[in-house]
Amino acid sequence: MQRRNLLATAAFGLGLALSGGSAMAQGLEKVKACFIYVGPIGDGGWTYQHHQGALALTEAYGDKVEIAWQESVPEGADAERAITQFALDGCNIIFTTSFGFMDATNAVAAQFPDIKFEHATGFKRDQPNVSTYDARFYEGRAVMGTIAGHMTKSNKIGYIGSYPIPEVIQGINASFIHAKKVNPDVTMSVVWAYTWFDPAKEADAAKALIDQGVDVILQHTDSTAPLAEAQKVEGVIGFGQASDMAAYKPSPRVSAIIDNWAPYYVKRVGALLDGTYEQSAAWEGIAGGEVEIGEITDAVPADVKAAAEKMRDDIAAGTYHPFTGPLNKQDGSAWLAEGEVADDGALATMNFYVEGITGEIPK
Amino acid sequence: MIVGGLDIAILLASLMVGAVPILLAALGETVVERSGVLNLGVEGMMIIGAVTGFIAAVTLENAVAGFIAGALCGAAFSLIFAALTQVFQANQVATGLALTLFGIGVSSLAGQGYNGIKPPVTGAVPLGLLRDIPFLGPMLFRHDWVVYFSLFMVFATWFVLNRTRAGLIIRAVGENHEAAHALGYKVNRIRLLCILFGGAMAGMGGAYVSLVRVPQWTDNMTNGVGWIALAIVVFASWRPGRVLFGAWLFGGLMVLGPNLQAAGYAIPVEYLSMAPYVITIIVLVIMSSGRGRSLGAPASLGQNFHASR
Repeated sequence: MQRRNLLATAAFGLGLALSGGSAMAQGLEKVKACFIYVGPIGDGGWTYQHHQGALALTEAYGDKVEIAWQESVPEGADAERAITQFALDGCNIIFTTSFGFMDATNAVAAQFPDIKFEHATGFKRDQPNVSTYDARFYEGRAVMGTIAGHMTKSNKIGYIGSYPIPEVIQGINASFIHAKKVNPDVTMSVVWAYTWFDPAKEADAAKALIDQGVDVILQHTDSTAPLAEAQKVEGVIGFGQASDMAAYKPSPRVSAIIDNWAPYYVKRVGALLDGTYEQSAAWEGIAGGEVEIGEITDAVPADVKAAAEKMRDDIAAGTYHPFTGPLNKQDGSAWLAEGEVADDGALATMNFYVEGITGEIPK
Repeated sequence: MIVGGLDIAILLASLMVGAVPILLAALGETVVERSGVLNLGVEGMMIIGAVTGFIAAVTLENAVAGFIAGALCGAAFSLIFAALTQVFQANQVATGLALTLFGIGVSSLAGQGYNGIKPPVTGAVPLGLLRDIPFLGPMLFRHDWVVYFSLFMVFATWFVLNRTRAGLIIRAVGENHEAAHALGYKVNRIRLLCILFGGAMAGMGGAYVSLVRVPQWTDNMTNGVGWIALAIVVFASWRPGRVLFGAWLFGGLMVLGPNLQAAGYAIPVEYLSMAPYVITIIVLVIMSSGRGRSLGAPASLGQNFHASR
């Protein structure tokens, strides 16, 4: 805290000297950006992508940025210890990159008002120094759902859920709606793994789905294990999740939802450097470049590929929203009327399946 | 055959695959305990087998080499336990627990840089027409070689323990090491060999997790399987045939959870996840209630032997 003020003052003084006295925003001369990861960097998915974003910082700002990270931090009480450790280590900005770090982030932020906290995929900004950032993964899911609906031969698609939280439920609904749109016979089975990263459990879940006749698997967990499981069985396909997972091209991995956090990290740390940093709640999608669609491989027929790319481009252009009415909730009650579009508030708290999905969301 | 939305043949096939790591490790531990040694380091030896098997398979691009390496390194790792308990007469329980903790740490270190890599594929054994027999085909004849190897080892372990002179000696050492010593058998040497066998089997079971079941390397990926294997040995009253039954029961519970979910049953995941452990406790309580000796525990289990005469 002391050191930060000292640095800031020094930077201010330097700025005054260089600009001959004209007022400049009070930025930092050097930023230490710290990252809390829920899995190992080598997961090839979610955490790997966050780390790529972190590395982009050093590329963009060179010596002006120092990065630090902790891998495989469990969600829950231990997260608070890990975040506090970073706060004491002189970090200026701390990115906590999993939904389950939400309460811990806010709790630590209350104790360190001079440090900036950025929580990924959460919605709590209880302290003025906590910002949240998220990506509209459901836009990518709409594209994957389109491919899934076309590609399934058994008309059964499977979804490996992590935890029953709004972000995951958005993904399940978006996938199902768009698979159903191109293939009315499609049904969806959901298996909850109750973990973000546990290759053994993810593989078990994928195997169970395949045993049940599912031939297209969507995953909302971070490892490549479901793709490895799909690879064992002829004719089963899946999608890269969070990262490209290119090792499984051209099949079973036929496309991917890629999270690109680099622009956001570069922007936020840049704002801290030049003094324009403000609390925010970012939620970008395909248009903003945070969600990218990985190469659609030749295992997918050309017309399906074209349909998927059109969906991607329409979403990017803003002419199509994945949650456009008419849509009913699972129990048959009306949710969105013809042409009505779901607002962000409804999406951020989504806790129901749309009509046609069987099964219940665990409480 | 489909019952309640679940294809029984495929479910049984998954169960057989899911049970392999538990089965291999439990068979090894059965022999170890039959010789009178309680090695609680099964989990540690498994995770060592998992990481070394994975590294060997990736480096040599050969899955079979991975299994061999896993078994060898599991055995080498168990040497630490053998040296401490058989030579230096350390407490077996404490040493075994230390072995597990040490194994998890070392494997995490050795596995750095091996995250997210694909190991070579261990394919199904081509059994030709047998594959296509209705029901039995998908259930029994579409597995990789390790599944058949583990079943063979059930028979081999039973045969050696119950029908050979070597087995008789092992059991004698486990039941009454003083008497075995008086007969001229090298108690600690025999136990050392049994510990090495247990380490090799646990290592191979671990390699099966990282090379076939998942297949990739992550920290702490055996995730308690070694402890289940330990429980199964007691559950099975130290008999190889019952170990197979126990491994299938526990393997079955582990695959049943996701399968029921996929079939659309609204069963809370928590209950299925804890089921194997709850059953372990219940079984241990039932088996230890009153019957005592009829459990079949080797009489010298957990006791160190020092030749004073």
